[in-house]
Amino acid sequence: MAVAELVKWSWVENNLDDIQQASIEHLQLVGAAMGIAIAVSIPIAILVRRRRIPFIAVNTVSGALYTIPSLAMFAFLLSWFGIGFEPAVIALAVYCLQLIIRNTVVGLRGVSGPVQEAARGMGLTRRQRLFKVELPLALPAIFAGIRLAVVSTVGIATIAVYIGAGGLGVLIVNDGIQRGLFVTPIVVGAVIATVMALVFDFLLVLLERALTPWQRARAGTA
Amino acid sequence: MGAVWDAFQANDGWGQTWTHVKLSVTALVMATAVGLVLGVLCAKVGRVAAFLVVTVSNLGRTVPTFAIIALILALTSLGFWPAVFGLFLLGIPPILLNSYTGVREVDPGIVEASRGMGFRPLQVLGRVELPIAMPLVFAGIRTSAVQIVATAALAGLVGAGGLGVIVSSGLSNNQDDVILAGAIPITILAALAELVFGGAERLATPRGLRITRRPVIE
Repeated sequence: MAVAELVKWSWVENNLDDIQQASIEHLQLVGAAMGIAIAVSIPIAILVRRRRIPFIAVNTVSGALYTIPSLAMFAFLLSWFGIGFEPAVIALAVYCLQLIIRNTVVGLRGVSGPVQEAARGMGLTRRQRLFKVELPLALPAIFAGIRLAVVSTVGIATIAVYIGAGGLGVLIVNDGIQRGLFVTPIVVGAVIATVMALVFDFLLVLLERALTPWQRARAGTA
Repeated sequence: MGAVWDAFQANDGWGQTWTHVKLSVTALVMATAVGLVLGVLCAKVGRVAAFLVVTVSNLGRTVPTFAIIALILALTSLGFWPAVFGLFLLGIPPILLNSYTGVREVDPGIVEASRGMGFRPLQVLGRVELPIAMPLVFAGIRTSAVQIVATAALAGLVGAGGLGVIVSSGLSNNQDDVILAGAIPITILAALAELVFGGAERLATPRGLRITRRPVIE
């Protein structure tokens, strides 16, 4: 197998502690960034969901931020805030804004008129309608946005090493690129990151299913 | 800002910008050709092949681009063509998936009508399906272009040339001005790619399909 020639297992065995450390840091980066991104994006989406111009404004700004290449984004935050965990988390969170905001708005706007009408007819207040009807019905769209965001965040977080935030980039850069492009740590970093992205994605699918039981009920009766 | 400009010139900013553009454009042209052809083939030919290609493209997106580009450069060399090859591979999926979806989702009624008008299969593809799919294809090219410009910066960071080289040298010497002298032009290039291809996307929409705000009779 080509993989056997690419990966020097002795390096993996001798550096298990570093690999574990890098993986944990990576999880922390992604977790913190996703937490912040979700906490910021969903309220913004709720605020602009019915307003055309504010939505266009928010979408344009978050879209422009999304266009900034990751290396440049980290470079800007590095020159403004210095190195560390926090600037890296900010950079990663900024990338998620557009995906989550746009999907949430699309989901909220997709709640059909008759459903809203029925909720109003049952005497639900605005707040109750939002939390008990609109947001639950928008969950599949919201989850679609979060899933896209988490997969890309796991990937981009490999660059956070340049701003001193650790993570799997430590393996790729410090152990791989800077040691004369030593292949083994690059492969190890890539494999762990890919598995991490797939596991996150899978867990989100499970969480979505648990939170939207009516979808399965509907599929069952159909 | 003056210091950043000085750093840009001291680090062969224009030369590296030109390298960055050459890398990106070459990779984008190749990715467009391959992505479009594969996408159309997948939409036309058997389902199994289509499923395979689409799955591989989607899986490819879960591998960090930085790791892919570093790996390709590590396994080949730090030259222009290895970098182009890596960027080309990473640029294919958005174009492929959008071309596939675009051709796939053309209204079967329209295809039927054009057949009824006596179009041969290739004519149906060239005159009906592809024009209708064009906006989506261009959306894919735009995504791909922005991504290629960003990933070319990472290739430079590894040492393959382009503006990432300037960022890399600033990082290793702890010089903020030099870091910005690389990062700002990278951002400008990405923004340009977005604007140019966003415009192309609008122009690519066949006239009959454009939604106009102006009255139909001018």
